[in-house]
Amino acid sequence: MGDHFTPARRDFLKASMVAMASAGGGLALGIALPRPAEAATAAAFTPNAFLRITPDNRVTVICPATEMGQGVYTALPMLVAEELDADLALVRYEPAPADPAYNNPMIFGIQVTGGSTSVRTFWKPLREAGAAAREMLVGAAAKVWKVAASECRTEKSRVVHVSGKSLSYGELADVAAGLPLPTSVVLKTPAQFKLLGKPTKRLDTAPKLDGSARYGIDVHFDGLLTAVIAHPPVLGATMVAFDDTAAKAVPGVKQVIALPSGVAVLAEGYWAAQKGRGALKIKWDESAHAGLSSPAISKVLAEAVSKPGKVARDQGDVAAVKAAKTLEASYEVPYLAHACMEPLNCTAWVKADSAELWVGTQSPGAVQQMVKTVTGLELDRIKVNTEFLGGGFGRRFAPDFANDATLLSKLSGQPVKLVYSREDDMQGRYYRPASLTRFSAGLDASGRLLALTVRNASPSVMEATGLMKISDSGVDFIAVEGIADMPYAIPNLRVEYARHEPGVQLWFWRSVGHSQNAFFLESFIDEIALAGGKDPYEFRRTLLTASPRHKTVLELAATKAGWGRPLPKGVHRGIALADCFGSYVAQVAEISVSKKGELKIHRVVAAVDCGMTVNPQTIQRQIEGAIVMGLSAFLEGKITYKNGRVEQSNFHDYPLLRMAQMPKVEVHIVPSAEAPGGIGEPGLPPAAPAVANAIFAATGKRIRTLPLGDQLKG
Amino acid sequence: MVSFTLNGKPAQVDVPDDTPLLWVLRDTLGLTGTKFGCGKALCGACTVHVDGAAVRSCSTPLSAVANAQVTTIEAIAATPAGKAVQQAWSAHDVPQCGYCQSGQIMSAAALLAKNAKPKDADIDSAMSGNLCRCGTYNQIRAAIKDAAQSLEKGA
Repeated sequence: MGDHFTPARRDFLKASMVAMASAGGGLALGIALPRPAEAATAAAFTPNAFLRITPDNRVTVICPATEMGQGVYTALPMLVAEELDADLALVRYEPAPADPAYNNPMIFGIQVTGGSTSVRTFWKPLREAGAAAREMLVGAAAKVWKVAASECRTEKSRVVHVSGKSLSYGELADVAAGLPLPTSVVLKTPAQFKLLGKPTKRLDTAPKLDGSARYGIDVHFDGLLTAVIAHPPVLGATMVAFDDTAAKAVPGVKQVIALPSGVAVLAEGYWAAQKGRGALKIKWDESAHAGLSSPAISKVLAEAVSKPGKVARDQGDVAAVKAAKTLEASYEVPYLAHACMEPLNCTAWVKADSAELWVGTQSPGAVQQMVKTVTGLELDRIKVNTEFLGGGFGRRFAPDFANDATLLSKLSGQPVKLVYSREDDMQGRYYRPASLTRFSAGLDASGRLLALTVRNASPSVMEATGLMKISDSGVDFIAVEGIADMPYAIPNLRVEYARHEPGVQLWFWRSVGHSQNAFFLESFIDEIALAGGKDPYEFRRTLLTASPRHKTVLELAATKAGWGRPLPKGVHRGIALADCFGSYVAQVAEISVSKKGELKIHRVVAAVDCGMTVNPQTIQRQIEGAIVMGLSAFLEGKITYKNGRVEQSNFHDYPLLRMAQMPKVEVHIVPSAEAPGGIGEPGLPPAAPAVANAIFAATGKRIRTLPLGDQLKG
Repeated sequence: MVSFTLNGKPAQVDVPDDTPLLWVLRDTLGLTGTKFGCGKALCGACTVHVDGAAVRSCSTPLSAVANAQVTTIEAIAATPAGKAVQQAWSAHDVPQCGYCQSGQIMSAAALLAKNAKPKDADIDSAMSGNLCRCGTYNQIRAAIKDAAQSLEKGA
């Protein structure tokens, strides 16, 4: 989504460097906005919104992006530490409070983590923040020693004079705080980097090993009530009446409250709350979508692509092409749930004159705005504490759980922790859209691809989020991203989109439109290659002559996987490519299929070009993790409707990849001097088509509908 | 009133007997290191040790641990296997979001306490009840093997 929303980036350094007097005497420098994290830290050097240096020689980096596993609480401090010449062992992370100083210009201009933008957005401002602080610390040392600043250098959180004497940043913090802010700073050249580009261990590992890391669901204090909500069992159903007599008789149940989204039970602890919910008697009006079923949705999508749609791309003239051979196929994917390991939750305490929330959210800024809307309080009376996220994948940017927690606290007058059960989470809508794409290709007698017509039918995630609008031409560009802007040079190419809205609430899901479109396109490109008698890897190369970065990752993945070389008996390969969020990824999957039709994925070899790197360890892990998520979707992932009800409820019928299914994964990073690309999402799209193409190589069966399920059996 | 030993200390709780151990730990006793993931023993996030065996606390009623020894992630470092697993997890920098890792560590520690030299198939079978949405399985496997080696050297 970041790729669709990139207004001019505002000057962070300038905007954030506004001097203000600190409450605790002396002079701290910071943004002229209320910052709760700052209040308790009087003796600190705070040159800008992003860092604080305290007399104990600690550097605290205030992280504008939230940590959901993607490693930003390491990558973002590394950006500051590099330019600051800080010893990373003395650097800590701190989640930023909700505050416009931390807005993300790449995503809707609000404070949100998503679209694989964190490093891309903050690459420059965080380095500038570190460089500015470094310059002030050098100035402070020069002042203390009465020497020229040019006689001082910095290393490992110390300023060192040519004479050999040195002072730590902590010792200089007070003096530095009294110096003027630099009007401009000089950043290091990549050749000067000591930290960026080197595999670095995470700063947040220790608390994740002994149970001390606090996720949203772990917030716990005296008097806090736990709430669960009985949501409508059928899409769009409304509550007609309810009887809470039995629910209120459950020991521990305190209140039952009707909300627009359902009926909530507030209790002392989760167990009592969910028992109380089980005892509710609710009459629902299910008429709105009582007949909704997934086969019917599929049928409508299939009909939609039989007619011309809105034009997303039209190049050459597909209708005029005289093909020696034509090829046609339809591909389809279902709705998907995010299934973060930590069920959705939010703790809210709304009082008469203030509100405080504790929540694992991708968007503290959107949460704060929502609380303002719900409570009428001003933003400076609303504190949002960002806890660790037990997975996000886009879902923790959706408004439902924080909104309802805030409403419940407001209506009950109590602090409330709203917790979704796994079933609530799985059936809680906000899904990756179902999507169907039909391809028609025309080849010449030698197998060259002359024309490609693509028609996609799907609901619009852009419209569903309320944050974006489809284009005037009627195209949801997310629905066709990766296809309408494909890298392959095809002389005649037409891409069309037909919108169909069955009424399911949609949301961003890791890699968004690319999550299905790479499966569609990369599978069909394989079909075209084979129909023309070409090797799928060589065929792609011939279409990528004008796309060097795509070609490089494709070649690197193929080379590292030994494309063209013999494999052990029964093992077969498939290859796929995708570019999204500013990065390029190719993958080769090696699989075998047993006589009984059981698929074994042995190895996935990935190559990635994400420009200049911050933390190669994170890049490797994000690509590997994205492959796992892509494979889970490929193998078993589906949310389906029957009579308006979601048929899946928990991990038995929405299975995720498990240890015994885990392939070996290799990740190869292309050395690059290009601007950094995103890394949280780009590894996901190629995984499914690489495996699907390998399955075809192994069995001759083309997988065109996901998930795979039992398609290889019987 | 149910009595049991929790992380080496006596514990007594007065909640309904059918309350899952998970919620006793998290809501009654404030030990939030043990995680809620599915409530149906499908994901392993809630894994604790009861008398040394890995069990899913979300599906273990309080009554089932009367007079038993319960160990949670907060105290697993006190066991040789638990300590070795945590050290290996740190060396391999295993966690991403980290939410499932309490359960992963508890399952791995129970495995190593019983099986000093687990083969890949043993790891598959002991760990396949623990889901990781971030996909840290390869790091988990490598860390378990390292932990086994360090336990062997230490023994």
